[in-house]
Amino acid sequence: MSTTTSMNEQMEPKVLWLDRLLAVASSVGKRLAMPVVGFAAFLLLWSVAAQNIDTSLGKFPGPQAVWQQFGALHAEHNRSREKEAAFYERQEKRNAARAAEDPDYVPKIRAYTGKETFVDQIGTSLVTVMSGFFLAALMAIPLGIAIGLSRTLNDAVNPIVQLFKPVSPLAWLPLVTMVVSALYVTPDPIVAKSFLVSMITVTLCCIWPMVINTSVGVASIDKDLVNVSRVLRLPALTHVKKIVLPASVPMIFTGMRLSLGVAWMVLIAAEMLAQNPGLGKFVWDEFQNGSSDSLGRIMAAVLVIGFIGFLLDRGMLLIQRWVSWDKSNIAN
Amino acid sequence: MSTLLDISHIDMEFPTPKGSFTALQDVSLKIAKGEFVSLIGHSGCGKSTVLNVVAGLYQATRGGVILNGREVSEPGPERAVVFQNHSLLPWLTAYENVELAVKQVFGKSKSKPEMKEWIEHNLKLVHMDHAMHKRPDEISGGMKQRVGIARALAMQPEVLLMDEPFGALDALTRAHMQDSLMEIQAELNNTVIMITHDVDEAVLLSDRIVMMTNGPAATIGEILDVKLERPRDRLALAEDAEYTHLRSQVLKFLYEKQRKIEPLSPGAAASKKSDTARKASAA
Repeated sequence: MSTTTSMNEQMEPKVLWLDRLLAVASSVGKRLAMPVVGFAAFLLLWSVAAQNIDTSLGKFPGPQAVWQQFGALHAEHNRSREKEAAFYERQEKRNAARAAEDPDYVPKIRAYTGKETFVDQIGTSLVTVMSGFFLAALMAIPLGIAIGLSRTLNDAVNPIVQLFKPVSPLAWLPLVTMVVSALYVTPDPIVAKSFLVSMITVTLCCIWPMVINTSVGVASIDKDLVNVSRVLRLPALTHVKKIVLPASVPMIFTGMRLSLGVAWMVLIAAEMLAQNPGLGKFVWDEFQNGSSDSLGRIMAAVLVIGFIGFLLDRGMLLIQRWVSWDKSNIAN
Repeated sequence: MSTLLDISHIDMEFPTPKGSFTALQDVSLKIAKGEFVSLIGHSGCGKSTVLNVVAGLYQATRGGVILNGREVSEPGPERAVVFQNHSLLPWLTAYENVELAVKQVFGKSKSKPEMKEWIEHNLKLVHMDHAMHKRPDEISGGMKQRVGIARALAMQPEVLLMDEPFGALDALTRAHMQDSLMEIQAELNNTVIMITHDVDEAVLLSDRIVMMTNGPAATIGEILDVKLERPRDRLALAEDAEYTHLRSQVLKFLYEKQRKIEPLSPGAAASKKSDTARKASAA
């Protein structure tokens, strides 16, 4: 084997280069082959099953019908954007004309109030989940660090965390809705009430895994590293910054990834339940709409929800790889 | 010679579910400036506990430690510790690990360029200047321990405490590290307390060997003065009658006077070993 390669090398170096390229291609091919096969099998099963399911809204949508709906949703979005642009153009012209007649005229600018498209709903859901998630991180990580550092505080807070951790955030939803309605009463709201309700629900579900993972990460720091800090007499803040935080970054991120995954699932359900703008509302509206396209559109939404959830998780993993020193600890 | 460090009648008791466990009883030792003292004894005899009390990481139940006429009540950089498992911060490079210590100790008294020079000087001292900017997971066990020593030396401690610093290294690396340590010691003349399991290491490096009895209620059994000329050379000493005699003294103490009855079956011995290792790391 080795003799043949070395002979090849001497006589035909170009062939060797080609060989290597082929080897790389085949290894990439091998890695991709099985996922492709799996996906194809899934599509096949789906289309066969779909053809055999008759609902009151027609046949269950197969891959092709869903693909069509993706196209339709996209076209709808484009049409809506054109309408919006046309609306603003008309408004501007009108205001310019009136201002020319009457110099004292203060132009009224009205916002476009068309129906949100699928793409708009995706945007709304993403913004909501991210804001709720960051709000939770802002509270949970410092709290988790404090609990991890202090046995006493842990004893005090842990029962509460354990009590609220298993509660589905959807149970909170009615309470959150009422509290937000009662307390958020400004004549000129910066954000919509519905946004606030969804966001707080997301926060409520993100906070517990983050608190628990952060505190466990902090509490399980190698004792020798803590001793290093004690020998150096590092001040408390430096201790947290230089030792505690970096040491618990892997665990903190595990908590963040967990909670972002749960948050995305919960948000969709919350939007459906509360009729708050977002992908959940899109699904519910389509269900209520009950046209022959509805199931296809819902299926399209399901795929998009799954894909976005996957991207969010991958995104967190990338950030975790980037900030964490412990590369061995990061699994898929 | 005047006493720098006075370990005075230390008792150490640990609370356990079955009542208090006396680890140390009446341990007293006076150490002069520039002296290299090693503590030797069987596993679990409380060597690490003595070191941790001196470091201030443990509070003695009775008695106390006096350094330069002042009682030790908490850890501090003037009693720098070289830990058994290097204890470098894995997210920092060798340079940054030493820098953390230097900034904390000399942050007010040294300027930035002075600190940089001091960090590099200490890394050079342990022959780690070529890998200053590598992280702990990129260097070998021996190199990590060198950086750990550099970090401790960079604090300019009055007493350097070493808890089995070379215990986790292979024999060749260990010999190399011992030579390095002797070299550094000849240059800086530090006061050192080192814990070891290794009889040769104790005789080669120390001015005095403190031999501890088995626990519970361990205490100092015998103290052996090592009056071998410095610099010491391991090859020359291997044939030296005085060296051989000292070595056999320590061995006699450990295996005749303080013989520890270990179970003979390999499984039990292994579990015992891992048990003591856990104890040591917990301490």
